[in-house]
Amino acid sequence: MCNCEILIPKLGIITDIRDETPDVKTFSVTAPDGGVVFPHMPGQCAMLSIPGVGEAMFSITSSPTNTAFMEYSIKKAGVLTDWLHRAETGQQITVRGPYGNAFPVEGDLKGKDLLFIAGGIGLAPLRSVINYVRANRKNYGKVDIVYGARSADDLVFRKEIESEWDGIDDVNVHLTIDRAQAGWSGNVGFVPAFVKDLGFTKGRTTLVCGPPIMIKFVLAALDEIGFDETKIYTTMELRMKCGIGKCGRCNIGSKYVCKDGPVFRCDELAALPDEY
Amino acid sequence: MLKLSLSRMEELFSRINGERTLYAPIQIGEQTQFTPWVPDAAVQMNRLSTVKSPKDYFFPHIEDIAAFRVQGKEIEILDVRTEAAPFAVFGVRACDAESLNLLDRIFLDDPIDTFYESKRKSGLIITTACFEPEETCFCGVFGIDALSPGGDIATWIVDDTLYWNALTEKGEALTEAVKDLFEETDDMAVKAAQEKAQTVFDKLPFRDLNLDGLTGEVLMKKFNSPEWANLNPSCLSCGTCTFICPTCHCYDIQDFDTGKGIQRFKCWDSCMCSDFTLMAHGNPRTSQLERFRQRYMHKLIYFPDNNDGAYACVGCGRCVQKCPISMNIVKVIKALGVENDV
Repeated sequence: MCNCEILIPKLGIITDIRDETPDVKTFSVTAPDGGVVFPHMPGQCAMLSIPGVGEAMFSITSSPTNTAFMEYSIKKAGVLTDWLHRAETGQQITVRGPYGNAFPVEGDLKGKDLLFIAGGIGLAPLRSVINYVRANRKNYGKVDIVYGARSADDLVFRKEIESEWDGIDDVNVHLTIDRAQAGWSGNVGFVPAFVKDLGFTKGRTTLVCGPPIMIKFVLAALDEIGFDETKIYTTMELRMKCGIGKCGRCNIGSKYVCKDGPVFRCDELAALPDEY
Repeated sequence: MLKLSLSRMEELFSRINGERTLYAPIQIGEQTQFTPWVPDAAVQMNRLSTVKSPKDYFFPHIEDIAAFRVQGKEIEILDVRTEAAPFAVFGVRACDAESLNLLDRIFLDDPIDTFYESKRKSGLIITTACFEPEETCFCGVFGIDALSPGGDIATWIVDDTLYWNALTEKGEALTEAVKDLFEETDDMAVKAAQEKAQTVFDKLPFRDLNLDGLTGEVLMKKFNSPEWANLNPSCLSCGTCTFICPTCHCYDIQDFDTGKGIQRFKCWDSCMCSDFTLMAHGNPRTSQLERFRQRYMHKLIYFPDNNDGAYACVGCGRCVQKCPISMNIVKVIKALGVENDV
């Protein structure tokens, strides 16, 4: 699990900051002497902090196949994230982790036709898996990515989606936005309905992440189509402090999201109280 | 077994304190608290329940984790951890001693909380048997024998004599260091006192509290029980129960600007507080009912589900005594348990 001293962070340096949307930035972070701060698997998280400002859990959006730096895509939403959005390259931060389980990229996902479904910033944790799958392309079957946001301006990783993912190596991306806007020729509508319209076959292994409400409606839509809930994975996030299942904060029933999650299979989640 | 006249306790405390820092239940005003022993301290040998358990010595109310020096874009991380100095806690009751075994399941589980582990290793627990339980006591419900307490050394006070029995290697080492004060004896007097006191335990009001049916297998059924709506409304959400509970282990992590740098510390927190789970995008537990339910589901269903059926309660009765509106885990067990199965 955690390869660092418990609760004591390591140092990281923000080496690059990219604007994704008006309120999402992607931060590249390296260890002081270069490279990743620690190795991780797709789906795992890390605690980032600016001492005196705050510490919070973020999913690691870069793939483990990128050993040059780690990436975190962060939406401006609170005290720490506001501060980070004002930061400049060269800023040092503290990092601890990696925390939690991971998507089973070397287990149940191997050899399968994959369907990624994401909403808004929810593409951030899935991007780690998508780029891992792309780096090990022959180990996986068909790959479809359904991604939606409020508007075209709110789609994260747009450049990467268009220049590196869509139509390359049998990866297909299906974008949708909530409301029509000038210059947008793609699909308009919410993600759950779009997933139904696209008519995927039941055999897909599915990875879902987005706002809780979107996840709930997507799972209902997949259930309607007849998808097997033991082949659907999602990733959760609740408030966390320790990241190692001790501070008692992020439980859903008897599972701690930081330790037993953040990745849950849909049938595991269905057996837990609806308290997330 | 060893024995010592109670008239020589001051001598014993002084000798233990010479070996390692000694904490004991000492009267302060009208309360008895575990505090550092000093010569002539008012050690309460027979006072059963201290205001708080000795949990603080292993999992302090506030504990520094790390410190930082921040200058411009640069951050220096300082490791402030220190090796815990050897200490002993005298007069720990069976319930509180067992609570540490429960905390071990959390803090010593992988990855080990080294802050806790270091204190657990350097701390020595000297327990005292309870011959006069209070009517709020229900440790027996959790299989704890207050007449044969655990810890590193168990003691029994019978009439004007302290009986002493080392239970662990650590306990034997301390015993060796103070052995010259004691006399060898058999356990006849202790056994007779235990038998006599057992009749009192057999009459305790909560002795028949039934835990059957409180398991992880019925998690969803208990979570959705209509009883929560009956139990919750009287709760003031003051959090007193969580702060005096020997098994509550939730904590927060905060930064404090000392003027010279940033001190990062962990401190006890309560799941009964409204901002406990508050996030930038919302709160999964917005109502007091949900927070109340979380606390008791954790103790009676989630904890046993994760820990081989062990409940996160030792029946110390502190919450029964201290809750300002007399809501407590006993009432919850009665409502949720098998006797009123829903």
